[in-house]
Amino acid sequence: MPDYNEFLQRTFEILKPYAKQGVILNKHSELVTELGLTSLQVMELIEQLEDHFDMSIPLNILPDIRTVHDLATQLEKLGH
Amino acid sequence: MSLFDKFQPIIDIRAGLEKAGIMPFGAVTEKLLSPTEGIVNGQRVILAGTNNYLGLTFEPECIQAAQQALAEQGTGTTGSRMANGTFAGHVALEQELAAFFAKQHCVVFSTGYAATMGMGSTLAGPGDVIVLDADSHASIYDGVRLGGAEVVRFKHNDAADLEKRLRRLGERTANTLIIVEGIYSMLGDQAPLADIAEVKNKYGGLLLVDEAHSLGMLGDHGRGVAEAAGVEDAVDFTVGTFSKSLGAIGGYCVSNHAELEAIRFAIRAYIFTASPSPSVIASTRVALRLMQERPELRTRLWDNAQRLYDGLKDLGFQVSPQVSPVVAVTISDRDQAIAWWNQLLHRGAYVNLVMPPASPTTDSLLRCSVSAAHSSEQIDRIIDAFASLEPDSTRAAN
Repeated sequence: MPDYNEFLQRTFEILKPYAKQGVILNKHSELVTELGLTSLQVMELIEQLEDHFDMSIPLNILPDIRTVHDLATQLEKLGH
Repeated sequence: MSLFDKFQPIIDIRAGLEKAGIMPFGAVTEKLLSPTEGIVNGQRVILAGTNNYLGLTFEPECIQAAQQALAEQGTGTTGSRMANGTFAGHVALEQELAAFFAKQHCVVFSTGYAATMGMGSTLAGPGDVIVLDADSHASIYDGVRLGGAEVVRFKHNDAADLEKRLRRLGERTANTLIIVEGIYSMLGDQAPLADIAEVKNKYGGLLLVDEAHSLGMLGDHGRGVAEAAGVEDAVDFTVGTFSKSLGAIGGYCVSNHAELEAIRFAIRAYIFTASPSPSVIASTRVALRLMQERPELRTRLWDNAQRLYDGLKDLGFQVSPQVSPVVAVTISDRDQAIAWWNQLLHRGAYVNLVMPPASPTTDSLLRCSVSAAHSSEQIDRIIDAFASLEPDSTRAAN
């Protein structure tokens, strides 16, 4: 199972084209308020992560996720 | 910061529309002239956004039955199905619906929203999994969120994607509920139910299909997409509504699982709300019978759907992926969609304006719904209204 850093790196790669111009991605970047992701784009992000890691990511984790770090943390938890 | 801050985007949109004198949301139907014509926001229009698919809202027999129920049973049941709100009519309608669907069990709800929300929130709970189509109706999303099951989406109408997600769940498919719709409410496209049933049979789990927009439209008996696809046996629960083809309000769930009779007493949306009024039940029962007695309504509905679909497509509009009684025109520019909705109203056609997040993508929709009660001439007038929209250059851009 991938670890926190792998989830973090992959999320950065997926987010690159989504992030608003001039915004530098870091693990504290906020998906919606800072990077400007719409709810549809958050869903696409989840789908891409599911397919890349061949894992199931329930939508239930979304309320606990604001930052890239939160997401990677939740994904790591799902693996254990 | 205040509780109201989060409503600012809605407040801004409303203010903009009010300034422009356009009121697409909560448009007021001031008078109904027939099932297909009325006065909306002061304009005499053809009603092309009502979901009155079979046109039964003014059926004399339905009205008479409702009037009789009003006189004999009063205006409301004043109670829950679980307490004092189960009248003989509710039980009879459940039996008639079960017979119509050739299923053993049926539960009648007060609204279609309560039916899908109630089933979605009750069937699967903590520790269970729900795999649903990404474009599912809000009532489905609301229900599954309430229930506490793990929720996983699959790509809209993509059975291969559903298979991928079920495979990832492994043994957990044993307590997985798959939820799809028959005809999708916004674009009118149909679920590939034969493929979905095949995947379900391969991996396990239970399948719930919301046929709200397909009851009375597809299949030899009008039971919906599952009947048309020949996969009714693979569907564990069918839910739907009385508020579209049956011209009233209320919802139902039918199933061959005997557990449904016990499950009904666990559904909070069934227990903690008043049951449908006797007059509503009475008109629904007659409409259900008329729907079966008059298959010609279905033929006329599809003829009208094809006519409108072809007409709008020929004009160059981006229409739904397949012909259905829901014909939606996709418009990428929200302001253009609002302006055109208003132009249509003033040119005699009322349609639904749908904007994100209610639309399945970031585009807006001018959503038409066709009725068996529309005449060919009325369909042509709707097409003419679309043809007169300005500016032409924007139409080409879509």
